[in-house]
Amino acid sequence: MMAQVFFYTGIFLCVLMLLPLYRAVFGPTVLDRIIGVNAIGSKTTALLVLIGLLYQQVEMFVDIALAYATLNFIAVLATSRYFQKRKGLYEEPTNE
Amino acid sequence: MTVISTILLISGLIFFTGGSVGILRFPDFYARLHPAGKLDTMGLFMTLSGMAVYVLSDFTVSALLTALKIMLIVVFIFITSPTATHAIADAGMRAGLWPWARTREEEK
Repeated sequence: MMAQVFFYTGIFLCVLMLLPLYRAVFGPTVLDRIIGVNAIGSKTTALLVLIGLLYQQVEMFVDIALAYATLNFIAVLATSRYFQKRKGLYEEPTNE
Repeated sequence: MTVISTILLISGLIFFTGGSVGILRFPDFYARLHPAGKLDTMGLFMTLSGMAVYVLSDFTVSALLTALKIMLIVVFIFITSPTATHAIADAGMRAGLWPWARTREEEK
């Protein structure tokens, strides 16, 4: 019974990922895309542990999820650091 | 034990849905930061603690260690997610993106 619960939560998480994916693809500014990627990354961590539970290999998948969370964090930091200087942000003229 | 973990999982999913819909519908970049940062962290906390409870249902030492590791992920996310959101906001501010204000249309 619990396997079904995990399976359907996993499916629901995958469907949920489509919304930030839309934001990541069509986001007006570059930084919106970073938010989309960050949201997808945090959902993937939850999904990884879920898959671990489904395959009764929890220890392995928990480590993978931890590594993935770290990578997601570093990626967000690196991209936001990179995009500070670039001026690819002006989708509408800001009132400076 | 399984009932608790199912409830936690479902509530985690509710937070996740709130987060994802929030990212889409909010008008401005800075407004979108709120759901992205907060709701995803909370959703992750709920879902992972639900899984930790399920892992703990057969009470062995190894299960205890795995549950502790899951909780380690939760603590890690609690520390890193706000910092990541802060970094994005800082990058937005530095790149000169002004927060959207309702009175902005009259100003033009």
